[in-house]
Amino acid sequence: MASMKNFHINFLGKRKIAMVFSLILIVISLASLATRGLTFGIDFTGGTLVEVAYQDTVAIDDVRKTLSTAGFDDAVVQYFGTAKDVMIRVPLKEDIKGAQISEKIMLSLHESSSEFVTDTDPISKEQTCSANGQQQVCNVQMQRVEFVGPQVGDELATQGGLAMLYALFGILAYVAFRFEWRFAVGSVVALVHDVLITIGVFSVFQLEFTLTVLAALLAVIGYSLNDTIVVFDRIRENFRKMRKETPEVIMNLSINQTLPRTILTSLTTLLVLVSLFIFGGDFIHNFSIALILGVVVGTYSSIFIASPTVLMLGVSRENLLKVKTEGGEENATP
Amino acid sequence: MNKYPLWKYLIILAVIIPGFLYALPNLFGEDPALQVSATRAAVIDQGTEQQLVSALNDNGIAFSKLQRQEEGIQLRFKDTDDQLKAKAIVENELGDKYTVALNLLPATPAWMDAIDARPMYLGLDLRGGVHFLMEVDIDGAISNTEKRLVSDLRSGMREKKIRYLSVTSSKTSGILVVFPDLERRAQGLITVEDDFTSLSAKEIESDGKPALQLQLTEVAKREIKDSSVKQNMTALRNRINELGVAEPIVQQQGDNRIVVQLPGIQDTARAKEIIGRTATLEIMMVDEKNSTNVQAALEGRVPVGSRLYRDRRNAPILLKKGIIYSGNNIVDASAGIDSRNGSSVVHITLDARGASINQRITGDNIGNRMAVVYVEQKSAVKKDEQGNVVTDESGKPIKVKSRIEEVITAPVIRDQLGKRFQIEGLDSIKEARDLSLLLRAGALAAPIEIVEERTIGPSLGKENIRTGFLSVMYGLVAILIFMVFYYKVFGIVADIALILNLVLMVAVLSLFQATLTLPGVAGILLTVGMAVDANVLIFERIREELRNGVTPQAAIHAGYDKALSTIVDANVTTLIAAIVLFNFGTGPIKGFAITLSIGILTSMFTAIMVSRGIVNKIYGGRQIKKLAI
Repeated sequence: MASMKNFHINFLGKRKIAMVFSLILIVISLASLATRGLTFGIDFTGGTLVEVAYQDTVAIDDVRKTLSTAGFDDAVVQYFGTAKDVMIRVPLKEDIKGAQISEKIMLSLHESSSEFVTDTDPISKEQTCSANGQQQVCNVQMQRVEFVGPQVGDELATQGGLAMLYALFGILAYVAFRFEWRFAVGSVVALVHDVLITIGVFSVFQLEFTLTVLAALLAVIGYSLNDTIVVFDRIRENFRKMRKETPEVIMNLSINQTLPRTILTSLTTLLVLVSLFIFGGDFIHNFSIALILGVVVGTYSSIFIASPTVLMLGVSRENLLKVKTEGGEENATP
Repeated sequence: MNKYPLWKYLIILAVIIPGFLYALPNLFGEDPALQVSATRAAVIDQGTEQQLVSALNDNGIAFSKLQRQEEGIQLRFKDTDDQLKAKAIVENELGDKYTVALNLLPATPAWMDAIDARPMYLGLDLRGGVHFLMEVDIDGAISNTEKRLVSDLRSGMREKKIRYLSVTSSKTSGILVVFPDLERRAQGLITVEDDFTSLSAKEIESDGKPALQLQLTEVAKREIKDSSVKQNMTALRNRINELGVAEPIVQQQGDNRIVVQLPGIQDTARAKEIIGRTATLEIMMVDEKNSTNVQAALEGRVPVGSRLYRDRRNAPILLKKGIIYSGNNIVDASAGIDSRNGSSVVHITLDARGASINQRITGDNIGNRMAVVYVEQKSAVKKDEQGNVVTDESGKPIKVKSRIEEVITAPVIRDQLGKRFQIEGLDSIKEARDLSLLLRAGALAAPIEIVEERTIGPSLGKENIRTGFLSVMYGLVAILIFMVFYYKVFGIVADIALILNLVLMVAVLSLFQATLTLPGVAGILLTVGMAVDANVLIFERIREELRNGVTPQAAIHAGYDKALSTIVDANVTTLIAAIVLFNFGTGPIKGFAITLSIGILTSMFTAIMVSRGIVNKIYGGRQIKKLAI
């Protein structure tokens, strides 16, 4: 396959269109966040999540009825993957100790199948039950239980927000140190843009926002920045090489020169993420969605948001040269 | 041009050869095994080992390897069938003083064990199991202590004949003692300063009466906090032993939290029951009159008014029925050294009630022995002789309750004892420490609560390994094909670098025994996607140089050279995000951050140095007209 030819696209000339486009997306995101909010997972809200697998398909209404009789009227019951897999969510309760909810749920589900758990098969790893006086594989298999108490939930939410801020500040500082403050601001604006839009999509489609999704967002910050830095690096190099061109021309050229790489890397990263999305199982479904979204938005923002922001902040050749002399890493004379 | 000196190749080999070596154990799979460990009451020694071996031989079960370690004995078998049969035999042979757990042990050859080459350590989401985060209620422990101090203060002042009006404790202001006059208050203050060193006193007026406001000192509070967390951890460890879990983890997290991880357990109800169980201590007198005739008791002729107990070495001992006082009366027990003869001792402090009983009883019993009995309630599903579960008519499994009773110590009373006394004649400081922890088990332990639970069923764990493996495989293959297709010879070079990167990541994860979780697998996959970025940067640069009319050799040189600072910058910023993730993260997130960080570092080595080394070997030092890029 032939390599991509030289690109001559006037990206910066289209910065107004890009900004309007991004602004619209951000406004939609913010509006959705304000009105619909995020569907936080129990990591943040606290509560209990139980995932069970039935031997045969099961009607959701039956499960709901069973749970309601057991005192869980507020349980959210839904299929998870197939009609044999059911996910149950119960919010925190005042009157019952959180850690006991999952036990009660499992007990009531087993009872409705008139069986009692006795053991686990050490080879097949399936739970065995006694039903009608016989030992057999349980009709309801416990797959996963998560319980998060209110203390932990609040803590995780706070820590998560803080982590995001720390990451942004760390990056701001590093980029300011390696380049210049305008570049630092440009990259952070792009990052905030990426995070807002990704969260916005989670809000609009009411996807569950869990701890792993938060981790994905932080990874997105790392990835999107990676992209931006590559472009910035080229801008710095070109500023030193070309003395007569305007910043706009130089930046446009730099974006074009790095475009094949930007596209290729996004492509390879998306390849593995799609693989993760398809084969990685339900557990990290939303995690891979967040990463895929982040990579797409991050690629867009490193071209259309980061550099234009730097340009609008009034970057000039001298800004970069001065920094370099102070850093003393390279000879300042181009 | 483009030739690497020999030493650079040597560096590459010096990294890659150990890399392969330490990644290798992951290919060997696992042997079904049994893990035999002793509970509180027993030890594992040569005798136990022989007992096991002969029991298995008698039943015709062959094991492939036996290892005796600090934690117990590991037995490996050729298949799970043998493993299960052996479990029943061993359990039968050793009785309930030992726990026998099913386990899977890495089937790596001995020489690999010797260089510490082990497979990756899988997290609970991959192997199945229970994760509990428990919070120790420090405030509860402090208010318990305050309540106890209130009753101690009352009896302390009564003893010294200091008249007081009231002793009360409140959540906000600590303990308030009100006196009828100033003189009494002065006497009260002296008592507090002499006998209650954990309290700090302030003289105040309460409704016009002189009073003392007492508060626990910061030092005392910290001690309560430390000891209640430690005590809970000890208690948890003891109980978890009984669950028969192969590699349990009990760790302190932060100030007042304890993480408990039980791989392979899915009966959370039972795990919670055992974890939440409380142990008590009962103090009783030894039946000295009949103690010479234990043999008769062993044969079933137990004297009236006495009961037969066993001590920690399983030796029989006769105790008089009737509890003198209980572990609840023990306020503190700590190990120490006797200043007179340097032997190990345990210092015990009783509360007011215990002290007064102690004084009365010990005065009449000098020369006799006093036994401390450890009592724990346990319930288990009833099983018949074949190991099947016994159920009632409705099909519910029958639970049998049993009491574990064990004499943990029976020292001779040398003198009349009161509030504080010590147990002497212990063999070592370790024994003293163990005993003090056991003695505290019944004391007013801080309440503990589960604040987080994550349970992964074993079948889901298996499934997660499969999906994780699949997604990495497909992702990797897609990239490998793409790179060859797009960069030809250079694509093959990048592919080799990528595979080596994966090997190095696995090696580092194995070497440091970092926990691999499902998000961790996602981290591996993400770095696979991003690791090629460095090569893409370099190769695009080479193409650019070629388009500008530079000779192939110069293009290679410039490509690697100019891309370097970009690669470093880009990776450092990603590393910043990964490190923040690591510091913030709990379990699953940490796993992601770890693999991401390791991947970034190893990929810089493989994508820059290794790929350059290969390219130099192919193209370096000769005339070339065209590059296959």
